[in-house]
Amino acid sequence: MNYLKVLFNGIVKENPTFVLLLGMCPTLGTTSSAINGMSMGLATMAVLIFSNLIISLIKKLIPDMVRIPAFIVVIASLVTILQMLIKAYAPEIDKSLGLFIPLIVVNCIILGRAEAFAAKNNPVASIFDGIGMGLGFTLALTLLGGVRELLGTGHVFGLELFSDSYGALVFVLAPGAFIALGYLIAIINKIKG
Amino acid sequence: MKKLKSTWYNMAIVLTLIAVIAGAALAYVNNMTQSVIAEINQKNEDQAKKDVLCTDEIKINSETPVEIDGKEFIVYNAGEKGCAVKAVDPKNASFGGDLTIMVGFDPDGNILGYKVLNTNETPGLGAKAGEWFQKDGRGSIIGKNPNAGELAVTKDGGDVDAITASTITSRSFLRAVNAAYNAYRQSLGRGPLPTDGQTGATQQNN
Amino acid sequence: MSKLIISLSPHVHGGDSVQKNMYGVCIALAPALLASLWFFGLGAAIVLATSVLACVCFEWAIAKFLLKSNRCTICDGSAVLTGLLLGFNLPSNLPIWIIIIGALVAIGVGKMTFGGLGCNPFNPALVGRVFLLISFPVQMTSWPVPGQLTEIGADAVTGATPLALITAGQLDKLPQTTDLLFGQVGGSLGEVSALALLLGLAFMLWKKIITWHIPVSILGTVAVFTGILYLINPATYACPLTHLLTGGLMLGACYMATDYVTSPMTHKGQLIYGVCIGFLTVVIRLWGAYPEGMSFAILIMNAFTPLINTYCKPKRFGEVVRKEAAK
Repeated sequence: MNYLKVLFNGIVKENPTFVLLLGMCPTLGTTSSAINGMSMGLATMAVLIFSNLIISLIKKLIPDMVRIPAFIVVIASLVTILQMLIKAYAPEIDKSLGLFIPLIVVNCIILGRAEAFAAKNNPVASIFDGIGMGLGFTLALTLLGGVRELLGTGHVFGLELFSDSYGALVFVLAPGAFIALGYLIAIINKIKG
Repeated sequence: MKKLKSTWYNMAIVLTLIAVIAGAALAYVNNMTQSVIAEINQKNEDQAKKDVLCTDEIKINSETPVEIDGKEFIVYNAGEKGCAVKAVDPKNASFGGDLTIMVGFDPDGNILGYKVLNTNETPGLGAKAGEWFQKDGRGSIIGKNPNAGELAVTKDGGDVDAITASTITSRSFLRAVNAAYNAYRQSLGRGPLPTDGQTGATQQNN
Repeated sequence: MSKLIISLSPHVHGGDSVQKNMYGVCIALAPALLASLWFFGLGAAIVLATSVLACVCFEWAIAKFLLKSNRCTICDGSAVLTGLLLGFNLPSNLPIWIIIIGALVAIGVGKMTFGGLGCNPFNPALVGRVFLLISFPVQMTSWPVPGQLTEIGADAVTGATPLALITAGQLDKLPQTTDLLFGQVGGSLGEVSALALLLGLAFMLWKKIITWHIPVSILGTVAVFTGILYLINPATYACPLTHLLTGGLMLGACYMATDYVTSPMTHKGQLIYGVCIGFLTVVIRLWGAYPEGMSFAILIMNAFTPLINTYCKPKRFGEVVRKEAAK
């Protein structure tokens, strides 16, 4: 198995946001700025890597008929642990993302990768898949957050590009998330041909 | 190793094992982070109290819960430095749900400072409430005393400039401030302010 | 060369075309245009000219460079009409760059993204307006007081619109009904003079550009609904006539809800559509955060139009006979 191929599969060919359209709730909800998008992406990536690793390690031990509840327990525990760690050691991120962290549990990407990849492949490949998918998700969320932050407030990563009195507020709000995501997908499909 | 078969025995054992291990891991992390999280929350709240009372050192003498219109307000009495009041809009009629603020009053009832603790207001509009009513803001309420008449936006005949294009948030915010003042009075055993605000000034020295 | 033309039926053409209808609506808007120039002067002229010009330019540029189509769509008048309606929905002191963004969103997002005229589910002018309203609420809700013919931009004196007064509960400050009818009130360009808009409506009905169903059902619903509330409690609810004559209701009911592409096809469907718009408008006006609900109501019902069309299909020719025969 070519690990590099697995890695790039998640970033480009099967990008969870722009191609698979998985995990739309955090994608639309958290991307009001580039930094928020990136933090959410990285938090999801951390959970994804560990859940992929653990599930691939114990895949032989889980009887087929109870695999979904088993996966959910693993994922939910990881997310709760992550939430407690963020609350304790990164309270700033907790302030802006607090509401969305528990929602990582129901993010389709994580259960989807557990089902589609980790349950069928060896642990090393699963880690690479987690990194690839996580990076793809992080990149997509950062891009979407950056676009929305730029159009909405004139800033990117807090860096002022133009005055925020010229920003179209709608992009910071929910409708702008849908509009921006739609056009980003269209542009990316166009580039990929 | 062959994959385990889906027999009742296997399923029960595996699920129980996974649940126990997950529970143990959670308990361990919770144990590790609990005190840190509590410390951070305490620090945030202390910082908010210090901020609204414009002081670096603070000693809370008493905490008095006050109920107004079915909402709970907490008055933190810091003696001669004044009182910090944790307040919400009693009508709960803000633009985006709950608006929780902390307001500081000096012993004469003048507003020393305020801080928005929790808000879901629209970014760029109602969310400006965090700066708008501060000392350098356009609609400064610092130094005002609700005793001389309830605070109100200019549209409603008051003297506080509302946030541009966010009158609803401004009204809600000022209602919370007025309610905070009432809670502060009640905690001192002075009874609520007359709603017409006209007679308030004469009651100053009661 | 041949004088004998062989073609399939139909052989007689009614003479209707997209172009003819679009320019018909533009002519119907002329009284409102004159009224807006009369009340807002130079500011109105600048807003309308910028909006129309920008819409036509964006339509041309997107068709040529992005869609790479050879079909010239800017001559059919739909972009001009979108520009006019967008301009009518804006305050006369709006900065030019905001108008251009509005035109880009109206034509680019509201219309061309979906494939151009005939494919757009939402009224493009309203998409542009709502986008601007949410994006630039400060500029979009400061309405100049009419009669300042040469003041443009930030110099103009602004005042509350009648609907803002209703939302604030200050019914006693409402202007006279005659002022509302002729247009001596603050508001966006096209909504100040109800009389001019009604003239245009009469023209469109006479020329059979639209039928009476949508405007009448919208206005009727608003009148009945607010009438009931007024009878219950005249102190908190404004009288129905005030509601009919204020805000974008008249403009929306006559010119924007009746857009061919985004309204239902059958008369029955149009009545359902109109009643729902009227109802939603009043609900948003009285209990919503925004003083005016017309544009939101129309956009919401635009989204329901395909559903209404599905359930109000006219019977196919011969369908009844076949069903009976099947029994």
